[in-house]
Amino acid sequence: MFEHLDAVFLARVQFAFTVSFHFIFPAFSIGLASYLMVLEGLWLKTGRGVYANLYRYWLKIFAVGFGMGVVSGIVLSYQFGTNWSEFSHKAGPVIGPLMGYEVITAFFLEAGFLGVMLFGINKVGKGLHFFATCMVALGTFVSAFWILSVNSWMQTPAGFAINDQGQFIVGSSWWDVIFNPSFPYRLTHTVIAAYLTTAFAVGGVGAWHLLKDRANIGARKMFSMAMWMAVIVTPIQIVAGDLHGLNTLEHQPAKVLAMEGDFQPSPNGAPLILFGIPDEEAATVHYQLAIPKLGSLILKHDPNAPLPGLTDFPREEWPPVAVVFWSFRVMVAIGFAMLALGLWSLVARHRKRLFESRALHRAAVFMGPSGFVAVIAGWITTEVGRQPYTVYGLMKTVDSASPLDAPAVAASLIAFIVVYSAIFGMGIYYLLRLMANPPHRGEPEPPNVPTYAAGITPAASLEPHASQPAGGSDGTT
Amino acid sequence: MEQLDLPLIWAGLICFAIFAYVVLDGFDLGVGILSPVLEPGHERDQAINSIAPFWDGNETWLVMGGGGLLAVFPLAYAIILPATYPLMIAMLLGLVFRGAAFEFRWRDPRHQPLWDLIINIGSTVAALAQGITIGAILQGIKVENNAYAGGWLDWLSPFSILTGVAVVIGYALLGATWLIRKTEGGCQRHAHRLAYWLAAATVAAIIAVSLATPFLHNDYWRRWFEMPQVLLTAQVPLLVAICTGVLFWSLNKGRELLPFVMALALFLLGFIGLCISIYPNMIPPSISLWEAAAPRDSQLFLLVGAVFIIPVILGYTGWAYWVFRGKVGTEGYH
Repeated sequence: MFEHLDAVFLARVQFAFTVSFHFIFPAFSIGLASYLMVLEGLWLKTGRGVYANLYRYWLKIFAVGFGMGVVSGIVLSYQFGTNWSEFSHKAGPVIGPLMGYEVITAFFLEAGFLGVMLFGINKVGKGLHFFATCMVALGTFVSAFWILSVNSWMQTPAGFAINDQGQFIVGSSWWDVIFNPSFPYRLTHTVIAAYLTTAFAVGGVGAWHLLKDRANIGARKMFSMAMWMAVIVTPIQIVAGDLHGLNTLEHQPAKVLAMEGDFQPSPNGAPLILFGIPDEEAATVHYQLAIPKLGSLILKHDPNAPLPGLTDFPREEWPPVAVVFWSFRVMVAIGFAMLALGLWSLVARHRKRLFESRALHRAAVFMGPSGFVAVIAGWITTEVGRQPYTVYGLMKTVDSASPLDAPAVAASLIAFIVVYSAIFGMGIYYLLRLMANPPHRGEPEPPNVPTYAAGITPAASLEPHASQPAGGSDGTT
Repeated sequence: MEQLDLPLIWAGLICFAIFAYVVLDGFDLGVGILSPVLEPGHERDQAINSIAPFWDGNETWLVMGGGGLLAVFPLAYAIILPATYPLMIAMLLGLVFRGAAFEFRWRDPRHQPLWDLIINIGSTVAALAQGITIGAILQGIKVENNAYAGGWLDWLSPFSILTGVAVVIGYALLGATWLIRKTEGGCQRHAHRLAYWLAAATVAAIIAVSLATPFLHNDYWRRWFEMPQVLLTAQVPLLVAICTGVLFWSLNKGRELLPFVMALALFLLGFIGLCISIYPNMIPPSISLWEAAAPRDSQLFLLVGAVFIIPVILGYTGWAYWVFRGKVGTEGYH
C-alpha cells in the first residue's frame, strides 16, 4: 500500500475528502431550499401559521448548512489548480466556462438573495421575500445543473477537439459539451437524491419530535410531508437510477462491471451478485450470493443477453473493483430501505396510524441520515468507477496532477482533515442541536438578524405582525 | 467580432472581479482583523452584525476570480496555484474557519470569545495569504514547459512578506472606515480613532511597496519611468497623494461615507499600479496575457454570458445592500 503513497495518491485522497465533505451540504441545501420555498408558498396561499413556523424552523438549519456549503465549496474551486494543475491546463478550456457559468448564474443568485431570505423578513414585503426564497432555491438547482454537466463531461466527454497544445477545446458545439451523454441521467438521479436526502432528514426530525410529543402540530406536518416524498419520489429515483445504470453500461462498461462484480464475461446472461467478497487479484467474487440471469435482465432488460466481463478489458483500465462494488451496494440497499419506509408510512396513513405508530417513527429516525450516506456512496461509485481516468478514456489521473512534492500535499491533507473535522464537526453538532429543538408556535428568526436604526426602515416593517410569517396570532392549528 | 482582443477584454473582466472582491470582501475581512481591539459585547456584536448579510455573497467574487481564471486563463491558473500552494491552502482554511465561526458565534454564546478569536485569525491569515500572493506574482514565477518549475516555498521573500502585511493593514483600514459608516456610538468613535492610525500605516505601506517594486525587474522600472508613459504613470502617485489628503480631511471633518470611499480609492490606485507593473504579462517575467489565454471559443462562450449576466448580478447585489442600508443596531434580534 505504501508504495502508492506518492503525491498523486495523496492529492486524490485530499480531493475525495474535501469533495465528500462538501457534497453533504449542497445535497442538503438543494433539497432544503426547495422545501423552504414550498413551505413559504403554502403559508402565503393558506395563511396557516404552521407553515410559517416550519419555515422559520428550517430556515435556521438552512443558514448553518448553507454557510458550511459555501466555505467548503470555495476550497474546491481552488483545488483544481492547487492539486490538479495539469488537468486544469488541459481541460480548463472546456470545463472552465461551464464552471464560470455556474458562478455567474447560480452562486451569485444564491448569495445575492440569501441575505434577504435570512435577515430580510421584516425589511421587504411578503411577496419579495418569497421571491428571494425562490431565487435561492433556483440558484441551488442551477448550480447542480452546471457542476453535474462538468462532472458528466469528465465521465462521458463529447463535443470536444484537441488542439496543438494538447488542450481539450470545444469541437462540434457547446451544446454537445454541456448535454453530453450521461448528463441528463446524472442530473436527474442526483437532484432527486438531494430531494430524498432532505425528505428523510426532515422526516427523521419530525419523527424524533413525534416520539416525544405526538400532538406537536409542526412535527406532524413535517413528518407527513416527508413521508409523502418518500412514497412518491423513491420509486421515481429507483427508475432513474436504473436508466442511469443503462447509460453507464453503454459509455463506461468497465464501471458497471465493477459495480456488478462481473469479472468474467457472461455470454448466456449475467447473474445478479447480491453479496460476496470481490478479489481483484484472482478476478473473482468469493462467497457470492447470486441470482442467475437477473443481472442481464436489469442491465439489458433481457435475461439471456450476453454481458462482457472486466477480464475483457486490460487490467490497467479497471477501476478499484472492491470500492465500487461495495459503495454501489450501500447505495442500492439504502434506496430499497427508503422505499420500504415509504410504503410502511402509506399503510400507516391508510390505517390512520401515521402519527401513532412508534415503530414507524423509530424507523424514520434511524433512516434520517440515510440519504447522506446514500449520496456519498453513490458519489464514490461514480467517481472511483471513472478511474484510472480524470477525463474518461482520454486523460489519466496520473497525468492530471500538479508538479508538487509529496510532503507539500501530505501537509495540506493533514491540515484539511484537522480543520474540517473540527469546523464541520462543530457545524454538524450545531445542526443537530437546532434539530433537537421541537418546532413550536412563534418560531424565532435566525438569531443574528441585524436590526437597523429607525428612520430608514421600509414601511412594511412598521407593522411587524402583519409582515412576520411567524406572527403568533395567525393560528397554528 | 473577429477583431476583438478577447484575452485583453477578459484580463479586464478578471481584474474587475478581483477588484470587486477586494472592495466587497476587503472590508469584512478588515472587520475580522480589527475584531480583537473592539470591546467584546455591544461594540463587537455591532461590527459583526454589519457584515452578516453580506459576507458569503462577497466571497462569491473570490470563486468568480478562481473559476474565471480556470475558464479563460487556464495556464495562469495552472501555474499560479501550484506556485503559491501553501498560501492558497492557508487562505482557504482561513476562510473556512472564518465563515464557520460567523455562524457559530450566535449559536454558541458561551464560546463566543473563542469563535471571535477564530474570526480574527481566519480573517488575518486569509488577508496575509492574499497579499503575499500578490508579492509572489510580482517578483516572478519560474515556469518551464508551461508548468510551474519551482519549489513549494519559492514565494517566500522579504518583498512578498511586505505586500502581505500591506494588504492586512489596508483591509483593516477598509474595515475601520466601513464601521464608521455602518455603526454608531462607541463602536463608531473607536473605529474613527483606529482609522487615523490605519490610514497612516496604509500610506506608509503603499510607499514601501511602490519603492521596492521597480527594483524587482528591469521591466518594471522601464514601464514606470520611461518616456512617454511616465507622463501617465506619474498620475498614480499624484492621485494617491490627493486621496490621502481627502481621507485625512474627511476623518477630521467626521464624515461617514467619504473615508470608506477614499480607502477604496487607495486600493484601486494600488491595483492600477500593480497592473502597470505587470502588463502585458499575466505571469511575470515570461508569460503574456495572450500566451496564458484559453482558446478563443472558450473565451467567447463565457464572455457572451458574462456581458448579459454580470449587470444583472450587480443589480440584485446592489438591491441587497439597499435593503440593509443604514446603521446597524447594537444587538442581534434577541
